Amino acid sequence: MNSMNNLILLIPLLPLIGFLINGTIALQKARNKLNTGTTTIALTACIMPLIAFVLSILVFLNLLNNPNGSEITTGNLLDWIVVENLSVTFGFVVDHLSVIMLLIVTGVGTLIHFYSIGYMKEDEGFAKYMAYLNLFLFFMLVLILGDSLLLLFVGWEGVGLCSYLLIGFWFTDTAKAQAGKKAFIVNRIGDFAFMIGMFTIVAVFTQIIGQVDDGVLNFPKNFLSFEFLRNNAQGLAPMATVITLCLFIGATGKSAQIPLYVWLPDAMAGPTPVSALIHAATMVTAGIYMIARMHFLFVMAPVTMNIIATIGLLTAFFAALIGITQYDIKKVLAYSTVSQLGFMFLALGVGAFSSAIFHVMTHAFFKACLFLGAGSVIHGLHHEQDVRFMGGLLKKMPITAITFLICTLAISGIPPLSGFFSKDEILYMTYANAPHRMYFWLGLLTAGITSFYMMRLFALTFLGATRNPHPDHIHESPAVMTTPLIILAVLAAVSGLVGLPGNSWINGWLHQLGQHIPHHIENSVLQEYHLMGISIGWAALCSLTAFIIFTKKLTFAENCKHQFGGLYRLVYNKFRIDELYNGVIVQPIKSISDVLLFRFVDKTIIDGLILGGLAGSSRFVGRCLSVLQTGLLGHYLIYFIAGLMLILFLVIQ
Amino acid sequence: MNSFSQITIHHYLILSALMFNLGLIGIIIRKNILVVLMCIEVLLNAVNLSFVALARYYKLMDGHLVAIFVMAIAAVEAAIGLGIVISIFRNRQTVKTDELRFMHG
Repeated sequence: MNSMNNLILLIPLLPLIGFLINGTIALQKARNKLNTGTTTIALTACIMPLIAFVLSILVFLNLLNNPNGSEITTGNLLDWIVVENLSVTFGFVVDHLSVIMLLIVTGVGTLIHFYSIGYMKEDEGFAKYMAYLNLFLFFMLVLILGDSLLLLFVGWEGVGLCSYLLIGFWFTDTAKAQAGKKAFIVNRIGDFAFMIGMFTIVAVFTQIIGQVDDGVLNFPKNFLSFEFLRNNAQGLAPMATVITLCLFIGATGKSAQIPLYVWLPDAMAGPTPVSALIHAATMVTAGIYMIARMHFLFVMAPVTMNIIATIGLLTAFFAALIGITQYDIKKVLAYSTVSQLGFMFLALGVGAFSSAIFHVMTHAFFKACLFLGAGSVIHGLHHEQDVRFMGGLLKKMPITAITFLICTLAISGIPPLSGFFSKDEILYMTYANAPHRMYFWLGLLTAGITSFYMMRLFALTFLGATRNPHPDHIHESPAVMTTPLIILAVLAAVSGLVGLPGNSWINGWLHQLGQHIPHHIENSVLQEYHLMGISIGWAALCSLTAFIIFTKKLTFAENCKHQFGGLYRLVYNKFRIDELYNGVIVQPIKSISDVLLFRFVDKTIIDGLILGGLAGSSRFVGRCLSVLQTGLLGHYLIYFIAGLMLILFLVIQ
Repeated sequence: MNSFSQITIHHYLILSALMFNLGLIGIIIRKNILVVLMCIEVLLNAVNLSFVALARYYKLMDGHLVAIFVMAIAAVEAAIGLGIVISIFRNRQTVKTDELRFMHG
């Protein structure tokens, strides 16, 4: 299958080429040297992901029909790092896990590229935008396809960079630029922990090699390649908890969990298709993908697994609470993303790796559709994002409204839409495997809150009376924007079929991740179908409640706000976490930076004492010696004779 | 005549040393450049005396040769020195060394 091996090299290469072409066009446009029409730019940018998607399908079909091999690899393309203790090779590998992610990323990515044509084509920086989008796709594909942890990390950092570039795309607005900066810096903190994890892995292996082989030269030292890690994971057992914790902290940065989620709501400053692609479907799932990849290491560290489950659950709960109160349509969806990611981490923490990936898939579809729908609304209302000025859009924007409704029901977990199957599986695994039954009940509560705020969002945006000041200008979006919506809504509706309980194709496909599905839960009267019923009923109840409150009884909501004024304000202000971080971390660092390091160390000590001191002492000595230069011949003669005497003295002695 | 001790080589050398010192101090202290040139001659004569005395003492011809060489050189050097002094006088209208301190600093 040589051709297939080389084909997977093409998959990340195509978006890179698209980036280079569009990037050059953007640069030349900025210098007024070129006047390429938007069609050319758009076509270049969108063809690449489309071809990549077709190639991904080919790869998938190949893996599907190939009973023997479970992975396609390009092998070692390049010896990237070869040093004494470590060798890292550069190559791409596609296995069952990667191919799912590949299909999601290229598929949803292509749809969003096409959608972006409609959304961003009047923008001046259209070529730059398409270039960045392609670059992002390139890095994401490197992340997914990399055959070593280090290459995954290259893609990891790259998507962080593209996230920064795209969030701060309209950088002339300072707040938006600062949002981009915040995303990058918070992400970087996670990256630092990730790096510590990688260093620990290399250190542990180096130590083992030193003990066993006494530095045998030809022992393969590619410690960070997934193949090596899979085969030799037991060597890491003593340090497994430390390593997995470090990797998990990296994942909290990338996938927006507590404590590093604070960048995601601010990231809504970027264009909406960016929010859909990066912050819903692809980049934020990188953390989950990494943990699923390294599942063999994580199962050796039950402490870390508990921490992952706990943090995932808490993040899901608190983000959902904040989502109830927000008025910006994108902020609600952002907190919804954080909350759903929490669910995925909860799944990872209880050992349900393939359920987490299943939820990644369904979430990619319905969340991307929700974000693109929000973008459609924003576009149709001429950049209005506050739901208090929306309403009554069902008749004016029917396609957007229907697709939005389908995905709202999907995220709420209403069968037969896909969200129900994935979320229910997670809740079931939590009930069976979590350290405590409270995990399940809190998860169930959060699922209910999710359906509540999503129905609230739908009702406030599309139903009821029109609260917009300019209702005549509202129009449905063009076909290039509504077609991706329809496709994604259909996918959100039917993709549950791959994970039917009891006959789950995706769990079989990902069986290597080692998820153990309990068929009979011990110590409990409630069994799987009981739990299903409870979750459906609870989700439906919450949705219905939100529907009634926010269409008919809006005053009830207002009264609640006043009744619980203090609590409401706390939740509305996102529990003041940003202010807390600012006060505890950012301001102290700034003042240490300014007062201690800048004014004291830099100015006073280095510039004043050391540089000034050296210069001053030179000047002093010079001034002392210049007294000797009188210009009188006699004096010079004395110096001459004195020197001569000294030399004679030294010679004769 | 018998109460005089013999004039030994030491007398010559000490005389030479004293003359040398006088010449040296003269160069350092005197203000007039022409007097400085004359002191340079004193210096050279002192050295000449020392050479000749030692040549006589060790019964070698080398010292005498050097003395004649030095005299010739001294003459040349005096001529050039006078030329420089006249040049200085023409430009600065003075021959006093304390007024010639242009390199002061």
